[in-house]
Amino acid sequence: MAEKQKMIKVYLTGELFEVPEGSTIMMALEYAGFQLKQGIGCREGYCGACATVYREKGDYKLKGGLACQTVVSEGMAITQIPSVPAEKPVYDLNDLTPDVGTFTKLFPSVFRCVSCNTCTKACPQDIEVMDYIQAIIRGDLAKAADISFDCIRCGLCAMRCPAEIVQYDNATLARRLYGKYLAKKSPELEKRIEEIKEGKYDKDIKELKEMPHDELSKIYYKREIKIS
Amino acid sequence: MAQIIKLKDKDTDFLEKIMELSGEQITLCEQCGTCSAGCPFVSEMDINPSQIMRLVMLGQESVMDSKTMWICASCFTCTVRCPRKLDLSKVSEALRQVTLRGAIDEIDIKEISDEEALKLPTIAVVGSFRKFTG
Amino acid sequence: MKIPYFPGCTLKTTAQNFEMSAIESAKKIGIEFIELPRWNCCGVVASLTSDDLMRHLAPVRNFIRVQEMNKQGLVKNENRLLTLCSMCYNTLSLSNLRMKNEADDLQKINDFMHREEENYDGNIEVVHFLSILEEMGFDKLAQKITKPLKDLKVASYYGCMLLRPKEVGIDDAEAPAILENFVKSLKAETVDWDAGSRCCGSYHTVNNVDIVYNLVKGIILDARKNGAEAIITSCPLCAFNLDVRQSEIKKDNPDFQTIPIFYFTQLMGIALGLDKKAVGLEFNKIDTEDILKKKKLI
Ligand code: SF4
Ligand code: SF4
Ligand code: SF4
Ligand code: SF4
Repeated sequence: MAEKQKMIKVYLTGELFEVPEGSTIMMALEYAGFQLKQGIGCREGYCGACATVYREKGDYKLKGGLACQTVVSEGMAITQIPSVPAEKPVYDLNDLTPDVGTFTKLFPSVFRCVSCNTCTKACPQDIEVMDYIQAIIRGDLAKAADISFDCIRCGLCAMRCPAEIVQYDNATLARRLYGKYLAKKSPELEKRIEEIKEGKYDKDIKELKEMPHDELSKIYYKREIKIS
Repeated sequence: MAQIIKLKDKDTDFLEKIMELSGEQITLCEQCGTCSAGCPFVSEMDINPSQIMRLVMLGQESVMDSKTMWICASCFTCTVRCPRKLDLSKVSEALRQVTLRGAIDEIDIKEISDEEALKLPTIAVVGSFRKFTG
Repeated sequence: MKIPYFPGCTLKTTAQNFEMSAIESAKKIGIEFIELPRWNCCGVVASLTSDDLMRHLAPVRNFIRVQEMNKQGLVKNENRLLTLCSMCYNTLSLSNLRMKNEADDLQKINDFMHREEENYDGNIEVVHFLSILEEMGFDKLAQKITKPLKDLKVASYYGCMLLRPKEVGIDDAEAPAILENFVKSLKAETVDWDAGSRCCGSYHTVNNVDIVYNLVKGIILDARKNGAEAIITSCPLCAFNLDVRQSEIKKDNPDFQTIPIFYFTQLMGIALGLDKKAVGLEFNKIDTEDILKKKKLI
């Protein structure tokens, strides 16, 4: 007989449950019988849908993480944040200029930042969130785009910001403005877009689409990423 | 212009709260009027700075209805002139904070016109939001 | 001399003319500004309540950066932090004063910032560029001038933040002379006027611009009355109100006689032989070139 799975106690949205040691928060939730319709996505740490806040036993710090990536510990108290309320301004990138005035217009709350660094502490992606907000305030959009590159828009920073800033929407705009107006144009990209338009990859895409799951997964993990 | 101010019962809690928040011993004010005389914004205010001091001293929470603390721009002119070394800019800040901490903003940050948004320097926007939003 | 330098947000955007003219002028007299590798907006206005510690975080983070710069060897034994913007100067100085006087507050802030690699030790001095020039000696600056600003009548506008409150003022709050001494060292003429330390309306420019129009009108009229041909400032907010808002006053009142507004470092740069591009004259709203051409300075 297989060795008995060791169980630990955790609080899920205030209620005590016993779950297998070593589970991720998401596994623990499902083990306890929660049916996740919201706050769940790729299960791979990419999409940012499963933002969760928790406190570990004996630690006063409120931490943030992704439910699919964070492993539970004895006595952990956990609450999922399936969505963060945010007002999203609608804009047409073509009408905007890549400068600080655009943020005064669309996201004036960014200027309320008090440099408390709470956002950085909350970020599951280890992004220096405060630093990209500060870069935006001084109009350095290239820097903001660079620092925020790994943001998965989980919303944990915005949930905890005392200045009520929606950091990730600011970052998204900074990256868009950077991409459209400030980044060095890449001839390779232009060429590739042309090729795609001409249908050069239609056959490959069709093949991928029809591929069975196992095979797709195999080639996905075998892929090589060239960074030059 | 002279104006008659009606006093209500003294609210010592209010006086104490403002003294604590501002860190200023407001009861030391001798009502000399130096602060009002030198304030560059006095013509824009509904109640003079020295009158604000008096009202707070008398525990009159009705000062919260005045616009004076929102007009005061923390220019510190009165601060350097008060013979009692009182810092009125701190009293104004304390009064503003009482409102702002109740989650009531003095301005709507969305009300800046697009034209102004593109023109205003960051220094003005940050300063304004710090003084007028909580 | 290499000195840690805090630019502030506005010098990176609308007040680039201030930063470029200052950096270039400083180079001419052997001072190199080393920008903090990472810095935060100072908050513009100082936190004035007894308990609002959160708003001191930004200044203190910047002080820690200066400590780090010393450790990294970017500067040598330099505990001064140089500012150009009057509001940064004032806000950083007031926070610093509080941290130096209130050990408990400093402790609380250091504890809160546990992610910072080191604590703020309370030993940084915030200095304004004008104080550095004064310390070096305005007579020394005078010797380096290659293009004396002869017969240019310059009104010194201190505004609020360089002088008040007294604990952080760079000169006497009621009778300052540092800017006038600076003007003299450039061989320009000083102007005796009343409005030099009267508030320009500050951040009211965002949502109550009429207050600013009134104050700016008064300041410009006083400068005119006393014969000024130019006004100098060291604050990007004063500059915006005096320059951009003045141009709007002119638009509504065509008879209104404007006066050009300069950052003090722009005139310093011209006097040290920099060209108009190097001091960023094209960023100034009200024409600055007429008067300089008339005086054969550009
Ligand atoms: S920056 Fe904010 S939204 Fe983006 S990953 Fe970090 S916490 Fe999530
Ligand atoms: S949590 Fe908000 S106020 Fe604090 S540093 Fe981040 S953006 Fe600024
Ligand atoms: S100057 Fe000082 S003592 Fe005089 S009225 Fe004003 S606050 Fe009171
Ligand atoms: S600090 Fe406020 S009350 Fe005092 S002189 Fe300035 S604007 Fe007037």
